[in-house]
Amino acid sequence: MTARSVSITFAGSGGAGVMTAGNMLLDAAGRAGWHGYMTRSSGAQIRGGEAAAMLRLSTEPVESHDDYFDLLVAIDWQNVGRFSAEIPMTSDGLVLGDPEGGDFPEQISAKGTRRAEIPFKKMSKDIPGGRANMIALGAVAALIGLPEDAVNSVLHEALKKKGAEALTSSEASMRAGMEYAANLPASARLETDGVKAESLWSITGNEAAGLGAVRGGIRFVAAYPITPGTEVLEWLAPNLAKLGGVLVQAEDELASINQIIGASYGGTPSLTATAGPGLALMMESIGLAVASEVPIVVVNVMRGGPSTGIPVKSEQSDLNIALYGLHGDAPHLVLAPNTLADCAFTTQWAVQLAEALQTAAIVLSDQSLGQSRATIEAPADPGFFACRLRPEGPLEGRYRRYLNTPSGVSPMAQPGMKGYQYTADGLEHNEIGTPSSHTVDHSTQLDKRLRKLTAYDYGEHWADIEGEGDIAVVTWGSTTGPVREALARWREAGNQARLVSVRLLSPVQPEKLAAALDGVKRVLIVEQSHGAQFHRYLRAHYDLPGSVRAFHRPGPLPIRPAEVFGQLANWS
Amino acid sequence: MEAVSACPSFSARDYKSDVKPVWCPGCGDYSVLSSITKAMAELSVPPENVALVSGIGCSSRIPAYTNVFGFHGVHGRALPIATGLKISRPELTVIASGGDGDGFSIGGNHFMHACRRNVDMTYIVMDNEVYGMTKGQASPTTAPDWEKSKLTPEGTGINPFRPLVIALASGANFIARSFSGDPNHSARMIAEAIRHPGFSFVQILSPCVTFRPEQRDWKAGIRQAPVDATTDAARAARRLMTDDGFNIGVLFRGDRKPFQPSMKARVESVRDLEKEFRI
Repeated sequence: MTARSVSITFAGSGGAGVMTAGNMLLDAAGRAGWHGYMTRSSGAQIRGGEAAAMLRLSTEPVESHDDYFDLLVAIDWQNVGRFSAEIPMTSDGLVLGDPEGGDFPEQISAKGTRRAEIPFKKMSKDIPGGRANMIALGAVAALIGLPEDAVNSVLHEALKKKGAEALTSSEASMRAGMEYAANLPASARLETDGVKAESLWSITGNEAAGLGAVRGGIRFVAAYPITPGTEVLEWLAPNLAKLGGVLVQAEDELASINQIIGASYGGTPSLTATAGPGLALMMESIGLAVASEVPIVVVNVMRGGPSTGIPVKSEQSDLNIALYGLHGDAPHLVLAPNTLADCAFTTQWAVQLAEALQTAAIVLSDQSLGQSRATIEAPADPGFFACRLRPEGPLEGRYRRYLNTPSGVSPMAQPGMKGYQYTADGLEHNEIGTPSSHTVDHSTQLDKRLRKLTAYDYGEHWADIEGEGDIAVVTWGSTTGPVREALARWREAGNQARLVSVRLLSPVQPEKLAAALDGVKRVLIVEQSHGAQFHRYLRAHYDLPGSVRAFHRPGPLPIRPAEVFGQLANWS
Repeated sequence: MEAVSACPSFSARDYKSDVKPVWCPGCGDYSVLSSITKAMAELSVPPENVALVSGIGCSSRIPAYTNVFGFHGVHGRALPIATGLKISRPELTVIASGGDGDGFSIGGNHFMHACRRNVDMTYIVMDNEVYGMTKGQASPTTAPDWEKSKLTPEGTGINPFRPLVIALASGANFIARSFSGDPNHSARMIAEAIRHPGFSFVQILSPCVTFRPEQRDWKAGIRQAPVDATTDAARAARRLMTDDGFNIGVLFRGDRKPFQPSMKARVESVRDLEKEFRI
C-alpha cells in the first residue's frame, strides 16, 4: 500500500540510539527528495530513561504529525508504554519489537495493532560491533521504500569521522535490517520517484530562530540555559562568534535580559532566548526596555506550565504572560512563528520591528516547533534587518532622546556620539530624559510609546490567511500545522473554510482581522492551552462574527488534524 | 608644519549636568558625584565615551547628574547592563554605581559574578548601611543590632555582609575603599580603579545623614590603610577578614586577564553559516 505520508516512531531506553536512527532516517529521506518532520519525546531523566523519535515522511511538505503512526519500532520495551498516548495507532499499523527486549507493554497491545518481531539483540550479536538502532534503521527504510543509496550516503556522512570499523559495522547492521524486512509484514510505503531538490535543508525550529536572529542583524546574545530554548543559544554561540558578534553566558535570566539591554543601549542589536520560568524572571526588565525605549528581542520557547511544569513538552500557555505580564501600561510586540521554518522568518521580523520601534519584542515559539527537526525548502532571507533611527545632522540645542515625534519614534543616540549624552531611564521622564512625575510628561510619554506601535504599518505578515467560505478557523503558533492539514482534508471533502493564523499578537490588528473574517458565520478557535488563553484574547480585543467555538486543550498531547476536522464536521 | 595637537583636556565641570539631585542636604553622595567628575577630568576621557550605569536607590540617581551617557535601570541590575554594554563596546569607559542594598542584596548574585567574570569596568558602591529611598530599612551591611528601622525594630540579628571579602573571593581584580568625606582620595581611588584592567570595585563609605545621623562620626574613625596594596590574594584575604571597615586605600591589585571575547568576524556573511543545514 502506498501513502502520501508515512509516520514512524523509534522508541527505546535512552542510549539505545533512537534519536540517531531518527535523525539518519530524516536525512536519508531528504536525500531521496522526500520531506520530513521529526519530534522527540523523552522522560525526565538526564541520561537513560525512555526516548522516542517520532517521524513523518512525505513526498510533500509536512508541518505536523498525522493522526496515527504507521510503524512503531521498539529497540527495547523499557518504559516505552509511557509514550503510548503520544503514539496513536490503529489496527492497520505495525509494531516491531525484539522478543528479548522485555515485556510488550499493555498500553501498546491494547491498540490492537499488528505485531511482528525483529531479534535486534541476537542480530547485533552476530555482527562484529553490530548496532540495534542501525538494524532498525535498515528495516524501516526497506519497509517504507526508502532507497538504499540515500541511507548509505547518510551513514557514510555521519560515520566518516568515527573510522572505518564503525562504518563497516553500522553498514552491516543496516543491511541486515534491510534484508530482515523481507520476513516482515508489509507496512505503508511512500512512492519512491522523489527527485532530490537542490535546496532542501535539515533544520530545527530553534536553529531556525537563531538563523532568523543573525539574518536580522543580532550581534549580541546573553544566555542562560533552559529547556526547551537552550538550542537557540547553543546554535548562536559559535555562529555569532563567526560573524564577529558575542554570546555571553549569564549568571541568571535577570542578568541575561539586562545584559542585552546594556548591549542594545550601546547600539548593538541584541537578543536572548528562554522558556516560561525564565520569561517570568525577565518581566520587570522587559518593562525597563519598553520605558527606556531600548530595542530587545526575547525568544520564548514555550513548554508546559505553570512553575516548572513539563519542561520537555509543548504548550501554548505563555500567551497571557507575554501579552499582559508587564506591570504598568507597557505596549510591546508579541509575535509567534507558526511553522518550523517560520521560526526564522518571525524572529527576523521581530528584530526589525523591535529596532524600528525601539521597544521589546517577545517571540513565542514552543517546544514542538523548537525541538523538532524537519526537511524543508531552504527558507529565503526575507530581508528584514535591524535599522534604528539615529540622530542626523548637527545637533541644534539640547538633545531630546524622548522627543515626542508624530510617529512616536525618537532618534536614538548611542555612546560615543559627541554632544548626545543622555540618561536612559526606567523612571518616567520628560523629552530630555530627566526623571519626572508630572502628569503631562507621563501622559505624553505613555501616548508616544503606544502610538509608535499602533501607527506602524505591519503590512500583510500580521497573519497567514488562506481559503474562503463562511467557516473560519482562527489559530496561532504551532497548532497552525494540524489546522492547515485538517482544512486541506476539509476542502478535499468538498467543503470550504478559511484559515487565519495570527503571527502578530500584539499590538492587535482588529480591522485586519475583521476584514479577514468578513462574511464568516462560524469561527472555530484552536489552541493548546487549558485556560483558552487565545480564545479570551480574541474575545477581549476583536469582534468575532457569527457563532464562535473554541477547541482548546493543554499539552503535552499535540492537537491532531482529525480532531480539528471532527470539530468542523460535527458542528451542527 | 602643523603643531601636534594636545590631548583634549577636560575639567570636572564638563562631566556635570544641570539636573538638581534629589539627595538630602549633607548626603555623602554629593561628594562622590564630585569625585567621579574629578576622576574623569584627571583621566581626560571625553564625556561621550563614558557610560555610567546604575540601579535603584538614592545613590543610583547619579547618572542623570552627570554629562556622560547614563543608564538608570531597575533595582539591582546595574552590573548586567554595564556588562552587556562594555563587552559589546569595549572602547567605552564603563562605570556601574549604586548603593549597598542595590549591589549587595537584590543585586548580590550579579556582584559575585561580575567579580568572577572580570570585565574591564569599575563598580562604585556608595555604602551607607541603609535603604534611604524607602525611608530607612536595614541593608546587608547594617549592623545586626541597629534598631531604628520599623521593619526590624529589634535589629536584624544578622551579621553584616563583607563586600570586600566577597569581592576578593569572587575574583575582583582591584579592590579599594574610600570615604566621601575625603573627595580627593575618592577621586584618586576611582581614577586608579578605572585605569586598572579588569573588574575594579571601590566601596565608598557615604554617610546617610537622614536615617543614620550617627554616621557623621565616621570621619573620626577613617584612617589610611597602614600598609600598601597587595597583589597577593591570600594576604589581602587575611587583611580584609580582620579589617574593621575603616581602612581606606587600594587594598588589592590583581593581574587576571579581563574577560573580552574577540569580535573579529571569520565569515563574510550569514549565508556562509547556512551551509550546515543543506542536506
